[in-house]
Amino acid sequence: MDQFLQQIVNGVSLGSIYALIALGYTMIYGIIKLINFAHGDIYMIGAYIGFAVTTYTNLGFFPALIIAMTGCTVLGVIIEKVAYKPLRNSSRIAVLITAIGVSFFLEYTMMFFVGAEVRSYPSLFTKRAFNFGDIVINMQQIYIVLTAVALMILLQFIVHKTKTGKAMRAVSVDKDAAQLMGINVNTTISFTFAIGSAFAGAAGVLVGIYYNSIDPLMGMMPGLKAFVAAVFGGIGNIPGAMIGGLGIGIMETLVSGYGNSMYRDAAVFALLIIILIVKPTGLLGKNTREKV
Amino acid sequence: MRALTKKNLMILGSILLTFIIVQALLLVGILDSFHEITISTICINIILAVSLNLVTGFTGQLSLGHAGFMSIGAYVCALISMRMMSTQGFLIGVLTGALVAAFIGILIGIPTLRLKGDYLAIATLGMAEIIRVVFLNLEITNGAAGLNGIPRFTNWLWLYFFTVTAVVLINNFIKSSHGRACIAIREDEIAAESMGINTTKYKVIVFAISAFFGGLAGGLYSSYFYFLKPDLFGFMKSVDILVIVVLGGLGSVTGSIIAAILLGLITTFLQSFTAVRMIVYAVLLVLIMIFRPSGIMGSKEINDLFKFRFGKKEERIE
Amino acid sequence: MPLLKVEKLTKSFGGLTAVSNVSCYINKGELVGLIGPNGAGKTTFFNLLTGVYVPTSGTILLKKEGETIRLDGKKPFQVTKVGLARTFQNIRLFKDLTVLDNVRIAMHQNVRYRLGSAFLHFNKYHNEEDVLKAEADRLLEIFKLSNKKYELAKNLPYGEQRHLEIARALATKPSLLLLDEPAAGMNPFETAALTEIIGWIRKEFDLTILLIEHDMSLVMKICERIYVLDYGMLIASGEPDEIRKNKRVIEAYLGEDVSNA
Repeated sequence: MDQFLQQIVNGVSLGSIYALIALGYTMIYGIIKLINFAHGDIYMIGAYIGFAVTTYTNLGFFPALIIAMTGCTVLGVIIEKVAYKPLRNSSRIAVLITAIGVSFFLEYTMMFFVGAEVRSYPSLFTKRAFNFGDIVINMQQIYIVLTAVALMILLQFIVHKTKTGKAMRAVSVDKDAAQLMGINVNTTISFTFAIGSAFAGAAGVLVGIYYNSIDPLMGMMPGLKAFVAAVFGGIGNIPGAMIGGLGIGIMETLVSGYGNSMYRDAAVFALLIIILIVKPTGLLGKNTREKV
Repeated sequence: MRALTKKNLMILGSILLTFIIVQALLLVGILDSFHEITISTICINIILAVSLNLVTGFTGQLSLGHAGFMSIGAYVCALISMRMMSTQGFLIGVLTGALVAAFIGILIGIPTLRLKGDYLAIATLGMAEIIRVVFLNLEITNGAAGLNGIPRFTNWLWLYFFTVTAVVLINNFIKSSHGRACIAIREDEIAAESMGINTTKYKVIVFAISAFFGGLAGGLYSSYFYFLKPDLFGFMKSVDILVIVVLGGLGSVTGSIIAAILLGLITTFLQSFTAVRMIVYAVLLVLIMIFRPSGIMGSKEINDLFKFRFGKKEERIE
Repeated sequence: MPLLKVEKLTKSFGGLTAVSNVSCYINKGELVGLIGPNGAGKTTFFNLLTGVYVPTSGTILLKKEGETIRLDGKKPFQVTKVGLARTFQNIRLFKDLTVLDNVRIAMHQNVRYRLGSAFLHFNKYHNEEDVLKAEADRLLEIFKLSNKKYELAKNLPYGEQRHLEIARALATKPSLLLLDEPAAGMNPFETAALTEIIGWIRKEFDLTILLIEHDMSLVMKICERIYVLDYGMLIASGEPDEIRKNKRVIEAYLGEDVSNA
């Protein structure tokens, strides 16, 4: 039982990182119906920015987090303007291929500059840990979960209480109607990319702390899994992405803990397929019907 | 014989001519073994791209898991030909691999092909990942270390034979009533269903055909490069194949062939610039999508272009 | 038994009942109209008949070669197979395909050759494809589309797209043809031509036709019987003269002058 609870604790901290990435996926998908394959790589860049800041300057966790988020925001907006905006009216698959191209570009440009080797993240927190019975919760986990929760609360506030958030929701429902109502669609899309990328940047720093190592291709798998998390929760749905991220994180640690960690990724994808078959719109997704 | 039309004879002629020219260049030594690797990769990629185009370009079902079927064909062929070290063993291996891939394609297709668009894409991606993880953990496939010393039977002759066969068969299928049913699904699924087409059945059939040829290409691959490991068939490989298809034009067989050749040449050319190779590739990809999102050929075939050139009269004749 | 018999057909979407307890019948050879104000549930009724929607309750029976076949619960392609064909209100042609291919695709269910012939183009393939093409040509001839058979469907003028939809539906060899607002967006001349064609194909192909239409003059002129839907319920049925004078119908249309049509 204790081991089970311990796995849950580990799962929640990993899951909150997935949730942060998944939020970006789900928001971007919600607004322009694009699986932004480059999203995982923005998260990788975030991890590297955090690495650079904490290694080469003496700044601590929070400044590093803020700088990484800012850097990723700028990057996300530039990518949208340069690569996706010209394709606003193209077929979905063309945009998808572009996203894959951007993903390759980020990965291999990074590799060109920093090399392919794995780097170890500096430890930013004391090794202190809290024991509850046999369950150990360490400082890193607490910071990861608290940061993620704070950001998610912030996001809920932005989406539901601000004018921009209202615009985001409007554009995701009907781009043309939103435009007719005087909403600047391009600004809103840029803003969505900005928030999504900032969250990915934060997730990058957090994952550096969690796994203690980073490399230029680190974004691929977590990127895919975060997308699975977004689909799992119901794509386009913000609370869904949070639940999905946590669910995937917990499942992964449970499979690693009790089964064969080699099958960890397969389990995630198997879950995805089962979800899609049972409820194609995800846990919280809404059913839409094509009008005949 | 209805097959002996003037058009078909011309096609047959150019197929033979291509073979003879390449064969001659190989014999004389103008094309060396390094070039041969490029040519072989191109052939395998043509089979992969044309078969994926059948699902994604012609039937409109986005699949991000084609490498999964390729890996099944590759492993099955390798395991059989390692036990039967003869040309017969190789042929049995290639065909069994393709059949197993088709069978898995049906198993995967039945539940997942009800999904639409991006959901299907992500489900196929997941399936391919699961297949990869299974190969990673099986004992018979030697896990992550992979299989070494697969007997090499694939050569230019076999590759060319299988490539031409695959392309002709797939092209024939597209030009049949069954193929038109698939294209109708891409155009408008509800209308297709209302015209009496069992859309689920055709999606599964097409998925199986595509998996068959994907598996065939995998078998040829394993026998040509005599080394396999699961990581060769990851998400990246599926994307590579999709890129060829989109670049050539969704719904254009000749487009896929042209794109496979073009990309093969570009990759070979970039081989000497290892550091920037992928960066250039990525930038090209984005630029092509921005400036020509429908790919090189769009949904046209190369003979459509000729028809326009040679006057309207011929265009009207089927 | 009539050709088509619908009993207590109901369809609800969540709280909204789009079609409520509708019973009706169509005799073989009849041309029946289905009218009603916007949002009355006419298209939903078509979608129920053709299997696009599954009814919440009720039955749909079709007589075919002496047998009675239940249509409710069947998928659209199965419904088409037993002899129902339809057109769509919002034109759903295969836009990027040629006119000829649009018609040939609809003939698919009558194709006999199998995958083997498809892959290898055996003689069977060539023979059947020739027949298909000849039949498609004949249909296109009727709708005066022969000279446009290699045009893409999306490039046809609006009226011809409507014609092509009917040609495509006929290609499935139906016994009952469902037309969803075939004259929508047409000018009076085009409507007149369409009226003539509908009458002609009805005789030529021995068809029974159910027609949704807003153009009252068309409906009153060619339909032998009319059903009127309002808010998903059947409010009247009868011959055109009766419908013209029916008080509930006039109320439902409120302002749209039925009696003068």
